[in-house]
Amino acid sequence: MSEQLNTSDKKPEFWRWQENCWADESKDWRSAKAITVGIDVGSVSSQCVVVADGELFAYNSMRTGNNSPDSAKNAFKGVTEKTGLTLNDVHMVVGTGYGRVNVPFSHKAITEIACHARGANYMGGNKVRTILDMGGQDCKAIHCDDKGKVTNFLMNDKCAAGTGRGMEVISDLMQIPIAELGPRSFEVDQEPEAVSSVCVVFAKSEALGLLKAGYTKNKVIAAYCQAMAERVVSLLERIGVEEGFFITGGIAKNPGVVKRIEKLLGIKAMDTKIDSQIAGALGAALFANTLVQKQGPLAPIVA
Amino acid sequence: MITAGIDMGSRTVKVVLIDTEASGAPSVKKTHLIFPGDLDGDAAAEKAYDEALSAVGLKRDDVSSVYATGAGRVMVNFAKEKVTEMSAGAKGVSYFYPNARTIVDVGAEEGRGIKTDGTGKAVDFAGNEKCAAGAGSFAEAMSRALQLTLKEFGEASLRSDKTIPMNAQCTVFAESEVVSLIHSSTPKEDIAKAVLDAVASRVCAMVRRVGIDKDVVLIGGMVHNPGFVSSLKTAMDIDEVKLPDIPEFVAALGCAMLAAEAKH
Amino acid sequence: MIANYGYKDGSGEYYISIDTDKCIDCPVGRACLTGCPKGMFETMTDDYDDEVVQIKQSFRRNLAYDCADCKPSSNRPPLPCVVACTPAAIKHSW
Ligand code: SF4
Ligand code: SF4
Repeated sequence: MSEQLNTSDKKPEFWRWQENCWADESKDWRSAKAITVGIDVGSVSSQCVVVADGELFAYNSMRTGNNSPDSAKNAFKGVTEKTGLTLNDVHMVVGTGYGRVNVPFSHKAITEIACHARGANYMGGNKVRTILDMGGQDCKAIHCDDKGKVTNFLMNDKCAAGTGRGMEVISDLMQIPIAELGPRSFEVDQEPEAVSSVCVVFAKSEALGLLKAGYTKNKVIAAYCQAMAERVVSLLERIGVEEGFFITGGIAKNPGVVKRIEKLLGIKAMDTKIDSQIAGALGAALFANTLVQKQGPLAPIVA
Repeated sequence: MITAGIDMGSRTVKVVLIDTEASGAPSVKKTHLIFPGDLDGDAAAEKAYDEALSAVGLKRDDVSSVYATGAGRVMVNFAKEKVTEMSAGAKGVSYFYPNARTIVDVGAEEGRGIKTDGTGKAVDFAGNEKCAAGAGSFAEAMSRALQLTLKEFGEASLRSDKTIPMNAQCTVFAESEVVSLIHSSTPKEDIAKAVLDAVASRVCAMVRRVGIDKDVVLIGGMVHNPGFVSSLKTAMDIDEVKLPDIPEFVAALGCAMLAAEAKH
Repeated sequence: MIANYGYKDGSGEYYISIDTDKCIDCPVGRACLTGCPKGMFETMTDDYDDEVVQIKQSFRRNLAYDCADCKPSSNRPPLPCVVACTPAAIKHSW
């Protein structure tokens, strides 16, 4: 098997993000009037978010499995185990993400673009205008209004450059876990110039060339993170960058890229206490909550 | 009169020495190719050039003029002029096919279409550089995933008559797609054909931007891939694609010819 | 809403931007649907329940090649989709 492919089970996984499950212990869902669920089935990770009366109550995030329906079910199961909540207690489910039409128990599917904007609006407040979501296999740039309604967006899922996959490639090449890439990229004597190729394939050969030329691994990672940041900024510029900059998705946890993006834009990303990976699922649950307010609850779909 | 053309590609350096008679008719004296490996660009060019010369018992002083082309042409310090791959390719093709109108150039890292005026001059071109999905390296990456050499890969595709569309348009994502096709027990032949069809259709779309006129000539490393040639014919909807004998050396040859012409 | 379909890759930027606010009351009867020789446009109901047009999924990752026939390398003729849409909702990044 080619050295570039992460298919063998024996290989260490350099790209695995932490999975986690959380519930607001101070709340009891049993006393809530409307309970809605958002399920975001992404290409790499899947999230389930529970919203009680329009407020975030619980979430679970895990790696997407072989198929969307099972990933959706497992994401919800994690929440059930943590809180005792079952589908029978839920008033509406909205699916989002790339596998949104394959969530077996969802009542409606809404695009991840709209859901991310809605979720970011909840997490970062109504000042949020520019949203960047860098997922495992795509990169989205969204501009929204004060209600979290999308006004301009783009999604790049054609090219691996500027996506999580681009980071996985370098993590694999360097044999360094993905979570360490960011911190390491700052441990350099001097910030190197960005890798010049946009294309991941060519950037990879360039990175190898830099190693040969005597760059430390950290310095190569820095050059790669800088290129990634420049790439992402060029996507953001297409939709117009405004203050109120919010980052969601896995990339938010990579300071190596985030800090460099902030520097290029001259804008700091907003802080949030909530795990930004759940923005899409949270937005979906909030859409569901609005629908319940408008149309009333729907009976659970039990597959 | 002896002139030399040097094509500094991203992975190889190619040298062509030609002898041009007073009447203007050139003949190829030597073609030489090296993989520079760790060598710097200028050192690699010097090495390839000197090796080519000594192989035919010539010295640098015997050469009237040297032109360079290719992505790394600026590194060839001893070249008198540097010309684009388009001009060099168009000129080089005219050596083999004076009637060529459309040149399809597919190397490892780029795929492009060149339109010529029928006298070996490039008049227009469209290319897809800097994205590995539009060129030979896409096929290389996929053949690696299938554990086939490029040659086996090309031959395998000829044995397939299936048309499987590839969803991924990026080399990196396509690797995973190929892996899942392998896992779902899709025959290697069919995967190979799907991959070569995909590259051919991308290259063909680029060539359409300059217009497709006969004769159509294919140059670059993909000439050696019969599967690709067949996919390309289908994509372009033409019966014949002409293939020069020394496809990798066409640009270097064109350089040497341009150098000779300038001397006349 | 401005919806940008397409991508940027190593070779360049290929986006079709659709100003969907202009689609809502399309005065030319969705002329883009038939104007594009490749049939790339389709109608849909967006997330805010407006009926607008979008680029079909199968074309979004392939615009550099799919639009190539309308975009000769030597000049920039008017594109059929842009011509068909008189409210000027459609823009190409080329
Ligand atoms: S530029 Fe490289 S990474 Fe981007 S689509 Fe092309 S092959 Fe993939
Ligand atoms: S440029 Fe041509 S092919 Fe592309 S969307 Fe417009 S009409 Fe369709």
